[in-house]
Amino acid sequence: MTGKTLLDIRGVHTFYGNIQALNGVDVTVNDGEIVALIGANGAGKSTLMMTIFGAPRARSGKIVFAGTDITQLPTHEIARLRIAQSPEGRRIFPRMTVLENLQMGASLDKMKHFDEDVEKVFVLFPRLKERIDQRGGTLSGGEQQMLSIGRALMARPKLLLLDEPSLGLAPLVVKQIFDAIRELNRTQGLTVFLVEQNAFGALKLATRGYVMVNGNVTMSGTGKQLLADPDVRAAYLEGGRH
Amino acid sequence: MQYFIQQLINGLTLGSLYGLIAIGYTMVYGIVGMINFAHGDIFMVGAFIALIVFLILAALFYSVPVVVALLVMMIVAMLFTALYNWVIEKVAYRPLRGSFRLAPLITAIGMSITLSNFVQVTQGPRNKPIPPMISEVYNIYGVSISLKQIVIFVVTAVLLAIFSYLVNKTSLGRAQRACEQDQKMAALLGIDVDRTISITFIIGAALAAVAGTLFLMYYGVVVFSDGFVPGVKAFTAAVLGGIGSIPGAVIGGLLIGLIESLWSAYFSIDYKDVAAFSILAIVLIFLPSGILGRPEVEKV
Ligand SMILES: Nc1ncnc2c1ncn2[C@@H]1O[C@H](COP(=O)(O)OP(=O)(O)OP(=O)(O)O)[C@@H](O)[C@H]1O
Ligand SMILES: [Mg+2]
Repeated sequence: MTGKTLLDIRGVHTFYGNIQALNGVDVTVNDGEIVALIGANGAGKSTLMMTIFGAPRARSGKIVFAGTDITQLPTHEIARLRIAQSPEGRRIFPRMTVLENLQMGASLDKMKHFDEDVEKVFVLFPRLKERIDQRGGTLSGGEQQMLSIGRALMARPKLLLLDEPSLGLAPLVVKQIFDAIRELNRTQGLTVFLVEQNAFGALKLATRGYVMVNGNVTMSGTGKQLLADPDVRAAYLEGGRH
Repeated sequence: MQYFIQQLINGLTLGSLYGLIAIGYTMVYGIVGMINFAHGDIFMVGAFIALIVFLILAALFYSVPVVVALLVMMIVAMLFTALYNWVIEKVAYRPLRGSFRLAPLITAIGMSITLSNFVQVTQGPRNKPIPPMISEVYNIYGVSISLKQIVIFVVTAVLLAIFSYLVNKTSLGRAQRACEQDQKMAALLGIDVDRTISITFIIGAALAAVAGTLFLMYYGVVVFSDGFVPGVKAFTAAVLGGIGSIPGAVIGGLLIGLIESLWSAYFSIDYKDVAAFSILAIVLIFLPSGILGRPEVEKV
């Protein structure tokens, strides 16, 4: 069940030097929702995910998480409010083992539930258990993706941000990850905000979705509405099959 | 043969000190990517603080057991030297983080001059001697090893054991390594990067302070300019071992110590520094990133 507003992004503008990447973005994520953000390459999706963490910092606008204004908080303090991200490019610590990467994820939880949570991650991604002592930098792309998501889950987040979780993964693993997200959402009420190139899968999974074009949110609605929308279909769904 | 073993022991003594100092260079380089040229002077400051503690102890008490005196000197030197380095990082380096690469380097050189001048002005420009703290020498099959040398080996070994446990097994060490590899990601996981960098400077300074205390005990004298040559040697050790690698710093330190004393013993004492630097140059031709350094290219 979805509840009150968990993340509220209002009129956010973000710049890289003089280049404007976000141009007054409004997005809301409610407690217990899965919200998808879709858009073309360079639309500003990853920038929005990172702006939530203040890296880069929003030049104007406001971001509120669970009632706290986080717009100007240092990145690590934002994370400590229990927002976890599997960021673009995965950002696995290359010279740490799989286990150490997961321990890093659990540092937000002060390692309190490490043994229990790491088992859950291994159930989700048995592959990681086989690779437990391997260095992150030598994992395959797909394995790194699994580790990045697993590491984010280790934080016991209230809000999980996923930037293209399906990138580089085999269709079967993508399905497995989407199923896992749905499951975590249903059983534990985990709130998820995800960016996806795989618009079809994401909108099917999501409670609601947003479409971003050139740093602006141009459309929003329930997953079903967006899937049925002719413009969305033309730009993000059928376009991909040509 | 005895002569060779004798030189080996002397070289390892010196090398232990270089290794302790080199760790500070390598850790700071690993986490903020700068060469902290003031680190040699931090070592010298550590030796001076140990000297001051020695003089205070000597003035206050009729006699103090050597072990106690040495421990107190070491601990106080670690605390104050760490405080120096913590402040230096905060006021001189942190504001320049993210500016062009030469800026922190130039500041570090400035900081190095500042520290040695400060000590020169406040402590005087002359050699500061202390009476010998430990004078026992053992003779084993014609090889003499002094208790001072044994103290240096034991303290270095214990310290390195504690330190490697800290870096490899604790959450603090993990956070430190995470910041070395990807600061942005570490912050996304709730790690306070600024604090972690501060701690790195504190640890590096504490190790240099121990080296300073041992240096004072071993040579019985210290002067304001003593930061320079050992500092450059330790920096060389860090590069030789592979800058950024902690075991590399220790190995590099021991090697530089060995080269120096073997060269002085068999060739010419005047050219011992030239020998150390020549070996560095040769090693870097064949192993551009040092003995344990990682190649620049990496699959991420
Ligand atoms: N560090 C940076 N410096 C300058 N410009 C940047 C930087 N990062 C992103 N940009 C620019 O900001 C815009 C938005 O980039 P962003 O990465 O947010 O897009 P995206 O929607 O995530 O794209 P993709 O689907 O390809 O991941 C792009 O035009 C990009 O070139
Ligand atoms: Mg992106």
